[in-house]
Amino acid sequence: MFLINCPYCGERDQSEFVSGGEAHIARPKQPTELNDDQWAEYLFMRKNIKGIQFERWNHAHGCRKWFNVARDTSNDKIEKIYKMGEQPPKL
Amino acid sequence: MKNKYSIFSLIKNAFSNHENWQRAWRDPEPKKEYDAVIVGGGGHGLATAYYLAKKHNLTNIAVVEKGWIGGGNTGRNTTIIRSNYLWDASAGLYDHALKIWEGLSQELNYNVMFSQRGVMNLAHNLQDVRDLKRRTHANRLNGIDAVWLETDEVKKFCPIINTSQDIRYPVLGGTLQRRAGTARHDAVAWGYARGADEMGVDIIQNCEVKGIKRNGDSVEGLETTKGFIKTKKIGVVAAGHSSVLANMAGLKLPLESKPLQALVSEPVKPIIDTVVMSNAVHAYVSQSDKGELVIGAGTDSYVSYTQKGSFNIVEETLKAILELYPIFSRMKMLRQWGGIVDICPDASPIISKTSIKGLYFNCGWGTGGFKATPGSGDLFAHTIANDEPHKLNAAFNINRFVSGDLVDEHGAAAVAH
Repeated sequence: MFLINCPYCGERDQSEFVSGGEAHIARPKQPTELNDDQWAEYLFMRKNIKGIQFERWNHAHGCRKWFNVARDTSNDKIEKIYKMGEQPPKL
Repeated sequence: MKNKYSIFSLIKNAFSNHENWQRAWRDPEPKKEYDAVIVGGGGHGLATAYYLAKKHNLTNIAVVEKGWIGGGNTGRNTTIIRSNYLWDASAGLYDHALKIWEGLSQELNYNVMFSQRGVMNLAHNLQDVRDLKRRTHANRLNGIDAVWLETDEVKKFCPIINTSQDIRYPVLGGTLQRRAGTARHDAVAWGYARGADEMGVDIIQNCEVKGIKRNGDSVEGLETTKGFIKTKKIGVVAAGHSSVLANMAGLKLPLESKPLQALVSEPVKPIIDTVVMSNAVHAYVSQSDKGELVIGAGTDSYVSYTQKGSFNIVEETLKAILELYPIFSRMKMLRQWGGIVDICPDASPIISKTSIKGLYFNCGWGTGGFKATPGSGDLFAHTIANDEPHKLNAAFNINRFVSGDLVDEHGAAAVAH
């Protein structure tokens, strides 16, 4: 249970948001050229970090916009919120 | 040799005020080297060690546990046991476990309080009805007992369910597996620990793994808080922390670790003598022998290792409970807790060798690992001892995420995840 500071709406309860999972997983530019291992990596393999993880969130019951969050998964503390398309912060 | 637990030993010890019971397992310091080390002293890890010693004569082995045994998800689940899974591979796996459950108390000489009180899954819309009927047929083709119940039969089997057709999600019927039920989760860990210890397995508690030492493509040992332990075979059964351990060996797993919450009510007189689960109105409930209602539902949607979840999940769970059981509207909840469950994309587990020689993973049980504890331990022990999977866990290899041969139990497994 924690609050998320939506960059568009301000601080709201986490229950208004939907987690989009790990961030910065780029969609393959040439899907036809991927082998099975690369597809598995893109589709299924996840870092699942205990510590600071970069992830996507969507304000589903609010402005419905997507953004990125750097959150410590060992205590749910949010370190940084940044917009889609921006590089992950150095923490 | 351990003293046998029986009515006679109970009477005998009563005369000495129960002060002379033998220790159930030793508390050894780790040796320098073992033939195999199991990481994780939960039910699955202890069962693995037990079957390695019992069936494969590997007794120079250890179980290392960072906390105390059975203190993780083994002691945090809602103790439901069933095998009514849709796909053949899952049916084989979970029914193998259920068959071991049926004789487990006798085998371990430890009362795990396995109670075949039946598990009923409710259908609330036409698609539920079609899916559950299909699953009933699939179960029966796999030799698993399953019956379809019409609404009046549901009401007869569990009279406190609100079967009024006026509610938002009316009960349109359900399935029942009579061989399914519950067991006492702590006793499972303790029984396996006692059994494994008797055969010489070292159970080392308060011993956290800090690193997995590799020599090229094979493992050499474990760095722990109690020093380096040399071994050629490592079986990791670390549930929510599987990805953390995989990372130590330089592997990546298809897992996400999420909080799953459960709660119990104040104890009351017997009111529900079975387990009832519902997908659409997402909640499940049973009653413990102490009289508490044991309630659970879905996971939180985000990755977290905090062993606590969000309040809105508890609220939604209890809304669902009240919709189905208006009789519980004035019950007070006593305790709430969370466990970290490691979920695979196909909601099926991984019991597998890895690309590193001597490193084995048993993980990805997600929200439903307790039911499989004996079967999981048995099959994982087979995989470690023979360096080859048993035919029952061959489908649950780690490579299925590359080959695409998934065992997709999302939604098919009689419970929404």
